[in-house]
Amino acid sequence: MSRQIVTILQLYPRDMNIYGDYGNALVLLRRLQWYGYDARLIAYNPGDVFPSDVDIIIGGGGQDSGQDKIQADLLSIGPRLKKLADEDVPMLMICGLYQLFGKFFETSAGEVLEGIGLLNVETYGKSERLIGNIILESEEFGLIYGYENHSGQTYLGKLVKPLGQVRMGAGNNSTDNFEGARYRNVIGSYLHGSLLPKNPQIADFLIETAVTKKYGSFSDDVIDDSFAFRARKAAAKRPR
Amino acid sequence: MPKRYVTILGKAVRAAMKLRGGGSALPGLVVERIDPNFIKATLATLPRGVVIISGTNGKTTTTKMVVELLESQGLKVFTNRTGSNFTRGVAAALLGEINFAGKLDADIAVLELDEAHAVHFVRTIPPRYSLILNVMRDQLDRFGEIDTTAELLRAITTATSDAVVLNREDGRIAALQNTLISQRVSFFGLSDELLPTFPSDDQLHGGNSRLVTAKADVILKNFKNKTATFYMDGRDVTTDLKLNGIYNVYNAAAALALVRVILGKDIDQTKLLARLAHITPAFGRGETFIVDGKPLELVLVKNPSGFRLGLQSFDPTHYATMIAINDNYADGRDMSWLWDVSFESLRDTGVEQVSGIRAYDMALRLQYDEVPLSDVTTNLSKGFKQFMIDNPKKPKRIYCTYTAMLKIRRQIGKIIDVESIG
Repeated sequence: MSRQIVTILQLYPRDMNIYGDYGNALVLLRRLQWYGYDARLIAYNPGDVFPSDVDIIIGGGGQDSGQDKIQADLLSIGPRLKKLADEDVPMLMICGLYQLFGKFFETSAGEVLEGIGLLNVETYGKSERLIGNIILESEEFGLIYGYENHSGQTYLGKLVKPLGQVRMGAGNNSTDNFEGARYRNVIGSYLHGSLLPKNPQIADFLIETAVTKKYGSFSDDVIDDSFAFRARKAAAKRPR
Repeated sequence: MPKRYVTILGKAVRAAMKLRGGGSALPGLVVERIDPNFIKATLATLPRGVVIISGTNGKTTTTKMVVELLESQGLKVFTNRTGSNFTRGVAAALLGEINFAGKLDADIAVLELDEAHAVHFVRTIPPRYSLILNVMRDQLDRFGEIDTTAELLRAITTATSDAVVLNREDGRIAALQNTLISQRVSFFGLSDELLPTFPSDDQLHGGNSRLVTAKADVILKNFKNKTATFYMDGRDVTTDLKLNGIYNVYNAAAALALVRVILGKDIDQTKLLARLAHITPAFGRGETFIVDGKPLELVLVKNPSGFRLGLQSFDPTHYATMIAINDNYADGRDMSWLWDVSFESLRDTGVEQVSGIRAYDMALRLQYDEVPLSDVTTNLSKGFKQFMIDNPKKPKRIYCTYTAMLKIRRQIGKIIDVESIG
């Protein structure tokens, strides 16, 4: 029997891929392979043809210069991404792309960078940089460990659920104690680290959602996550 | 307080610290507090001025090379040898060199400065020459984004009075020439053949290749089996080296370019190359120790580019490999960078030992590159001992972050006589 194909689309790896965000792509790819699927990772960069058949979409952070480079292209594929989100395609957007999946990013100089508005969130550039180890507590995913490094501060719109509550660190902004945002199967977050290696429960949520949606059922193989478990224990003891 | 008393006080603190061992920057701090002009006044007396070397990777090794190359030309050189590369470290190093009248017996000062501290330093003491090596994703949790770090480095170049030497192959560094008006600018670079072996963070993810096509004063053309070919003055110059790893050899090209700018026509090329052939790496930067008749190599890794270059430079075949990852302040707290390095080149040989505070982050990274590993422990002393016991017959190589390197070096010191870290 030929193996079932699962396609991961990485948005803008050339310009939006910083602080190990590639690790998220690698973790999805390998876990899918270990679960017995024919996993494929494809890149989408500005000007590319948007692929017709994608099962998981991920994106990362970048320099301010990287955000400028991709913004126009992102707006052009925005309607497409919204449609896919409403069809329950799982997505993970980190840092810079999390911001641009929101309504807008207003820089500290007052310049407004329009986002695609898939997430009902707003971001404001601040002089203070929120940097350091971060731990969240989430109803869905339990404890989440990562590293944040951003000067944009994000505020959730009405009725938008965060990814989690901050236990240590800053999160979306320096005031409300929320981190990330959720919409259907879309996750937005500031957590690098990379996020997925030390939080395999989130990787498996994305994978299981995608596979079940496409094929109706999911592999019952079990992956040895003991290194991830020990790495989480070590992370829990580290200073900010 | 008169300078003479400041000097005596500082020297006394330094002597006291030496007695209790360690603390290279504290006496400098004491002097800096009492007389903030201490460094400026002392360095102002040097006939050939001050040289600053900065960048994220390779400062220590390059500074060591520049010092030795200048000495080969008969110059007396003052430097902050201890690797304590903040302003205080400079003051501390000065205290060790000056006489009790506060006079520094040197022709020129060559200082390695951390980019953030260099910005403050150049405001007080503008250098005559500066060399900017690179800007990589290192310590970004301290400075924010890579573009910000490049701006810190720009401040050093614009404060420089005479000449600036830049890395042609690092887009952000090469672009620093655009804001330089009165300074002479000179480049060091790589041949087209070697360029792909130094992928930048941008290139790794499909970014642009070389952006600047300016002529480089010194080009590293080739490096094989410890023999390097540099292209200078329109001809190839081939020399044997004691340096390990192609990135150290590229730093040699940077050092040559800087020394050529400082000395101009007065340079004695024969003596220069003779000295270059004998330069050994700075501590932990590809150092080799002999333990029980087998080589033990330490490769310092601080950021993705450095780690990638290390893995590319050293063939793992027949070697036992250990990786030690700490996340203390000096290492950088962020572990994300491990995910920007591919470890697939270790898949065939595997890794014998993974250790350090973040050993399990590293083990996890290897798991996802499907690299087999034999043992993991967060206890670095234990991990190092186990690594030595488990691999008695093999040459060994340890990739380690900065504070892990210091700790391993102390462990090696218990087995053999290792030069004091200072």
